[in-house]
Amino acid sequence: MTDEKTLVSGVEMPGMESRLDDGGVLGAIGRKAASRRQFIKGVIASGAVVSSAGYVFGGLGGCSTDQPGGGAAAGGVERLISLSVNGDTRRVDALPFETLAMTLRYKLGLTGTKLGCDRAECGACTVLIDGVPTYACSTLTHTVRTKAIQTIEGLEGPNGELHPVQQAMIDELGPQCGFCTPGQIMSSVALLESNPNPTRDEVRHALSGNLCRCGAYDHYLNSVMRAAGNA
Amino acid sequence: MAYQLIGKNFTPPDIRAKVTGRAKYAEDVRAEGMVFARLLTSPIPHGRVNNIDVSDALATEGVIGILTADDEGADGLLTNEPKYVGDLILAVAAVDETTAQDAIDKIVLDIEPLDFIVDPLDSLYPGGPNAWADGNNVGGGRTGLEARRIKWTAQDFAAVEEDQLPFGESAWEWSFGDIEAGLTDASFVIDESFVSQGNSHHSMEPRTTMAYWENGKCVVHSGCQSLTATLPSLARQCGVELENLVYINEYCGGGFGSKGTVTHGGIAARLSRKINRPVMLRISRHEEFYIGSARGTLQGRVRMGFRADGRITAIDFQVIQDGGANGGFQDSGDAAAALSIIYQPLSMRYRGIPVRTNTTPRGPQRGPGQNQIAAAVEPFIDQAARELGLDRFQIRIINAPNNDGTVGGNQVPVTSAYMPEALERGAELFDWETKSQQSGTRKGSKVYGVGIGQAYHDVGRKGYDGLVVLTPDGKLHLHSGVGNLGTYSYAGTTRAAAELLKFGWENCIVHQGTNLQFLPNASSQTGSNTCWTMVRTNVVAAWDAIAKLKEIAAMDLGGAPEDYDIGGERVYAKSNPEQGLTYAEAAQRAIDLGGKFSGENPPEDIHQITKLAVEGIAGTGLVGVAKDNLPMEGDVPALACGFASVEVDVETGEVELLDYVGIADCGTVIHPQGLSQQMKGATVWGIGMAMFERQIYDPQNGLPGNMGFEQCKPPTYLDVPSTMSWDAVDLPDPQNPVGTRGIGEPPMGAAAAAIVCAISDALDGHVFKRTPIVPDMIVNHIAGREPSNGVLQIHTA
Repeated sequence: MTDEKTLVSGVEMPGMESRLDDGGVLGAIGRKAASRRQFIKGVIASGAVVSSAGYVFGGLGGCSTDQPGGGAAAGGVERLISLSVNGDTRRVDALPFETLAMTLRYKLGLTGTKLGCDRAECGACTVLIDGVPTYACSTLTHTVRTKAIQTIEGLEGPNGELHPVQQAMIDELGPQCGFCTPGQIMSSVALLESNPNPTRDEVRHALSGNLCRCGAYDHYLNSVMRAAGNA
Repeated sequence: MAYQLIGKNFTPPDIRAKVTGRAKYAEDVRAEGMVFARLLTSPIPHGRVNNIDVSDALATEGVIGILTADDEGADGLLTNEPKYVGDLILAVAAVDETTAQDAIDKIVLDIEPLDFIVDPLDSLYPGGPNAWADGNNVGGGRTGLEARRIKWTAQDFAAVEEDQLPFGESAWEWSFGDIEAGLTDASFVIDESFVSQGNSHHSMEPRTTMAYWENGKCVVHSGCQSLTATLPSLARQCGVELENLVYINEYCGGGFGSKGTVTHGGIAARLSRKINRPVMLRISRHEEFYIGSARGTLQGRVRMGFRADGRITAIDFQVIQDGGANGGFQDSGDAAAALSIIYQPLSMRYRGIPVRTNTTPRGPQRGPGQNQIAAAVEPFIDQAARELGLDRFQIRIINAPNNDGTVGGNQVPVTSAYMPEALERGAELFDWETKSQQSGTRKGSKVYGVGIGQAYHDVGRKGYDGLVVLTPDGKLHLHSGVGNLGTYSYAGTTRAAAELLKFGWENCIVHQGTNLQFLPNASSQTGSNTCWTMVRTNVVAAWDAIAKLKEIAAMDLGGAPEDYDIGGERVYAKSNPEQGLTYAEAAQRAIDLGGKFSGENPPEDIHQITKLAVEGIAGTGLVGVAKDNLPMEGDVPALACGFASVEVDVETGEVELLDYVGIADCGTVIHPQGLSQQMKGATVWGIGMAMFERQIYDPQNGLPGNMGFEQCKPPTYLDVPSTMSWDAVDLPDPQNPVGTRGIGEPPMGAAAAAIVCAISDALDGHVFKRTPIVPDMIVNHIAGREPSNGVLQIHTA
């Protein structure tokens, strides 16, 4: 479809970072398609043209052995950046228009963050940015350079101890197919950080930005209530 | 019967990976030198590709190659006659996706528009357009029918009263009993037309594939509901012999019928072969809408006769099924079978026709046909109950199938059925007696209503193989050829083998996820059949292993095999339990003995897939392997009923589901937590069918109107009740060794029907005769306005 055409080519994005500092929080406050529109509007306002499909990406320096044009700083934006991911500092070559989901999955090997829609509709890509659940598919990597990123891979303890939410997900048979599970867990972890003793209804609302096509909602709710000690 | 494992919860071996992010789905796999493919899809609903100029695209730096329908083996995966918007024309491989997409934009496509239709009725008109250029408008796909052209006569259309479904020549037909007498003698007759709109499967994981070739073998990573069942068709797609296909599918991110087999994996495999590079073909959410399959729309009409006591004397059912661009599945016949079993009518006639349209391909979706018809017809049962002054619960009881029930035109007996028990249990848990008294009560703008729904699916197959191996380390290796759809039945069914061998679960290892694990020929993980079908294969494999254990013991310790028994992971003499062999010792003896004991000489009647698996593990232990030749007589039903209460806001048209109770009749419960997941997950699907999900098509241009999750919203946390209750009848099926039957599908139809009936109940019994019921339909009805949709109109908002 021609409407999925992407014309991104190393465009400088003045003001992007501050604009999307707000954008990063969009995931927490309005995690519906509106946030996707906000995201795109933010990009357009800053001078870039971004596909509405958002699925098309380029410059996968980390996973492609012979990509053309790699390495050169596009449009003057520093591409080699440091990210704080799961407590580690990770150096990564990120294009200005690259989403955090793509950086995590294709450059840092953190494939636990899933892409279900790549347009802020499903929540499978939910990660925590400074503790706030955020859709990684709709967050530009460059906007989170100064923030703490936590993914599903960062929840286990050093000796493989599971986070209480993860353990409760096992005990309650939370997942079915499992594809949305990392996102569900990240949203749950964020909720329990800010509200360790939620009501079932509060959990429902906190997780409402995470779709589950299997319909495992009841089991996920049971899991979070168990993790909170409210089972 | 007291079981150690059957009926008990367990921690499925794959669940830890799911909660830690370690579970690898197809898009999580990387390979050295991997490139990315993008698809060029059709911008028009039907056309003929006359020429494709790819010269500029191929000249683009970073582009590696292009696959079109003209490439060897690619016709069928890609097409030069796209038949819906989004149909696949070609794939471009490049070093990254941006480069691939830029190259696609440079391709000059000369495509000639052809006639198209989005409503089957248009194709059935005399001289109406056809969805395919070959002029065939009926059959093909997975209908089981030869493609052919059927047009109805002007008289067929003129003969019916307004707002009723016309009907002419059918493609499927059966009947039993005297319909006309049943209708004539009835105290009350329903005669209604209805619509059930189609919807996309929209599994969370798009059907991405990564494929490469290595040493003459084709390696394919792609999520699929099934495992060994998809191997033959996947091998054909890729153009390899079965033994040269390596298929890896440890995790499948949802399927719901749309991933019964790998559907598009061959594109990545063929492209990879052509360019000699690993190819990752990521599928976007939009593309998943196009190629990810959808439920068939039904336009139907039922005439039903009722005796004064509510007993159904006759059903005359005719239905048009939107087969989409591929011809579709068998929804209409399945719907008819469902009517025949749920209501046990004294007479019935079914006529159905699947018609191709230029909309997305249609395939089986959770309870195909059975669930649509439940939501369509259950409100008419309520209508009859009201007319005859009967309780809506009692009218269902009087018609409900029990062990004397039959299914379909041949009135095939059921293996077992306990719908009356299920209804009784549901009424008790829900407190139907009290809640039904509150029907129509109003609080502010909200009106209360309650409803009951029932549904069915056939869930039994036979003839597949089981494979278990006892190894000298004392472990039991359970080889499961079932896919990992998320039901955990790939593991749950193997527990039957462990149970019979009296193994501790901690000493069992389940092998699944790839044919590299030597997996036996299994049924596709579709049609809720895994429990009934694959418990049987595990049982026959276990029986084979037990027989071999006893034979070895008799050989080594004297006496006859029947002098021995098993227990405590030993085979021992009945007369002297001290005398025996541990399973570990017996496994070593099996290796020493060779031949049939260790898999060198497997039975003749097992499938080629199982033979390859047995070859792989031969010599590693005591091998239990057998084909399921157990008797199977009759239809194996999964039955479910549901009870719903709703509040309908008469000002906004919004419906809130307050309370839901679902009951399963699925034989012996083998995995309570897994059953709970299926009951509740299917209920969520039922909520979607009743209130949200449908595909929208623009009839003028054939363009889809709602491709993503937002516009075609599956239910979210906030659309379902905070808690849902369920229970199971838990009475064994006599034709399954542990008594189980599957259940994944009918709880959806039961929920959809219960909700539709509850909405109707809140609105003085008004029946909308279409699903989903969306707020504007309710508001229009309350305001006394005409509905915005015509009675038979489909693909509407």
